[in-house]
Amino acid sequence: MDQPLYQFLIIPAVKIVAILAVLLLVVAYLTFFERKVLAYLQVRLGPNRVGPKGWLQPIADAFKLLVKEDLIPSKAERFVFLLAPCLIIVPALLVWSVIPFTGETTVFGLLSEPIPAYLTDINIGILFVLGVSSVGVFGIILGGWASNSKFSLMGGLRSAAQMVSYEVPMGFAVVSVLLMAGSLSLVRIVEVQREAHMWFFLPGILALGIYFICGVAETNRNPFDLPEAESELVAGFHTEYSGMKFALFFLAEYANMLVIGSLVAVLFFGGWLRPFPNVEFLAFLDVIPPFFWFASKVGVVIFIYMWFRGTFPRYRFDQLMAVGWKWLLPLSLANVAVIALGILVKNHLLKG
Amino acid sequence: MGGPLEPLFDVEEMELSFGPQHPATHGVLRVQLKLDGEKILDARPIIGYLHRGTEKLFEQEPFNQCIPHTDRLDYIAAPTNNQGFVVTVEKLLGITIPPRAAYIRMILAELGRISSHLLWLATHAIDLGAITPFFYTFREREEILDLFEAYCGARLTLNAMRVGGLPYDLPDGWVERCAEMMEAFPAHIDEYETLLTENRIWKKRTVGIGVISAEEAIDWGLTGPPLRGSGVKWDIRKVFPYDRYDEVDFEVPIGKNGDTYDRYLVRMEEMRQSVRIIQQCMDRLPDGPIMAKVPKVLRAPEGMVYASVEAPKGELGYFIVTTPKGSQPYRCHVRPPSFVNLQSLPVLVDGLLVADLVAVIGTLDIVLGEIDR
Repeated sequence: MDQPLYQFLIIPAVKIVAILAVLLLVVAYLTFFERKVLAYLQVRLGPNRVGPKGWLQPIADAFKLLVKEDLIPSKAERFVFLLAPCLIIVPALLVWSVIPFTGETTVFGLLSEPIPAYLTDINIGILFVLGVSSVGVFGIILGGWASNSKFSLMGGLRSAAQMVSYEVPMGFAVVSVLLMAGSLSLVRIVEVQREAHMWFFLPGILALGIYFICGVAETNRNPFDLPEAESELVAGFHTEYSGMKFALFFLAEYANMLVIGSLVAVLFFGGWLRPFPNVEFLAFLDVIPPFFWFASKVGVVIFIYMWFRGTFPRYRFDQLMAVGWKWLLPLSLANVAVIALGILVKNHLLKG
Repeated sequence: MGGPLEPLFDVEEMELSFGPQHPATHGVLRVQLKLDGEKILDARPIIGYLHRGTEKLFEQEPFNQCIPHTDRLDYIAAPTNNQGFVVTVEKLLGITIPPRAAYIRMILAELGRISSHLLWLATHAIDLGAITPFFYTFREREEILDLFEAYCGARLTLNAMRVGGLPYDLPDGWVERCAEMMEAFPAHIDEYETLLTENRIWKKRTVGIGVISAEEAIDWGLTGPPLRGSGVKWDIRKVFPYDRYDEVDFEVPIGKNGDTYDRYLVRMEEMRQSVRIIQQCMDRLPDGPIMAKVPKVLRAPEGMVYASVEAPKGELGYFIVTTPKGSQPYRCHVRPPSFVNLQSLPVLVDGLLVADLVAVIGTLDIVLGEIDR
């Protein structure tokens, strides 16, 4: 009788705690990584005072934000103002329940039989990710509105328009991968890439580009960082937020960056698979845990994000919309059509 | 697409106070905006938050003691402020300064121009979201400030010129150090240009933004890069040469379209020309005194005088009225370029979006210190 309890309660609970702890730590160190990368791009050193080589900086930052006074503007809509950070952080963390960051594991031989390392694999995985992560936009709009500040309101509105418009081409980019994989399950998508002897970025190079650009826009990063455009809107939707509530917005942004990076890895670069997973003589690479491959793929994507931030100016709002609707949407539609046609032709050739 | 649509529900204009505490207003400028969504219907600059009564202070100090106050007008480029004031007083008193002093003044002024343009580029780029040029330009600006420090001990408020010449001669090794920097500097300008000039997003944000025609620019009294960006070849150093600018060879870069991008190109080219001027000055730097023979206490004849110099931001003029045997100005009016250039803001941003307002404030290159005085 304790088998179901053990299976359905304790293991998931342990996994949830582990994923959250690792995730939050990674997010904290992502800020450190970003500051270091930007610093080296900008001929300076970056944080190097707290702890050895500055390694304790994120801890110090988190601590500072925790003990800071938590202001609520007197004219703010109190309940919504408090709700907004929750609305944005919960989806950002919830998405991680389906991200397959590694396949099955025995935790270095601690367990007798391998268990899946990810929390769950639902058969509508990618749909779940898209759906849940778009809930985050409510947090931004409500936060911008509830602050009762014009700058926040404009930031919130910009963000809403931006995220909604970029979700459309993003969705189509994902559809072209789904056509190739024939499944919505993220784990299955990775498995198909192993079976197909090919990562999906080869046939889906255009989809990858579109997905990546939309991902940058979705997470409000430079050059699409208009909702929080410092020089225009002070800090955009989180102008009035301070202390831990601000930290939640911040954490959510970085967690979402990780989500986009993970999805790029899963959808286009074979998730946790090592390079050339079917080539026999590279089998010695299997010594390296699959999680390493996943993490390094995500790391490269995140690095490109930071590189963008160090290089590009910011788009103007109407230009951003033009890029989304006039370029990315038709391109992604055409891409879906071409890939669908390709699959049709391939299936017919195989049959005939 | 057809006529204006009947709005479905009540539409209100939004009033937005852009500043005085705002990261993109370069100090304490406040712009009172009327917005329709993000579109600017009306923009009124409101100034005065940094008023320190500098012109009044001029009336209470002997001429040479006024010079530290000029440092604090355009605090980004102190040498040209000093130069404008001493050139005006020298014109009033009929003093000719020794050639060595004139050449050193020109070196300092052009270094000031470069440092001012570097700061402009840094903030302009950061306003448009490109954060990296800031750090590159500050690396070079730091070297220039070090040169200033080696010359007079101060880095920003130099107080480095006197009526009749200069307070100090160049220290040993200064010329070599400066020459070394000037040798390397054009490559650094190329570096900034790699990041911005052909960047598609940069062009999208600046080409065709804040356009002003040559006629309009003259009507509004614009000077400096905002005027030259519209294609008017007008530079005080060329048209009314002061110090020894008639002896050095340099080009006055002009733009064509009068937009933000052309003003950007003009300033980038001006930095290269400043390097040329500095190199020529250092090659020809004559020996000799650095001070003309002037009495300890300057006594001016009764009269009025106006003289101007080409400051990094435009024409910086001083208008001085004196009483008989006066040892201080009876009245001194400053014509700051930023003040005059700023009044064109409503014209430049008319019908643009909030994001463009930031670009236009950046391209006007204002300093509130000299606007409010």
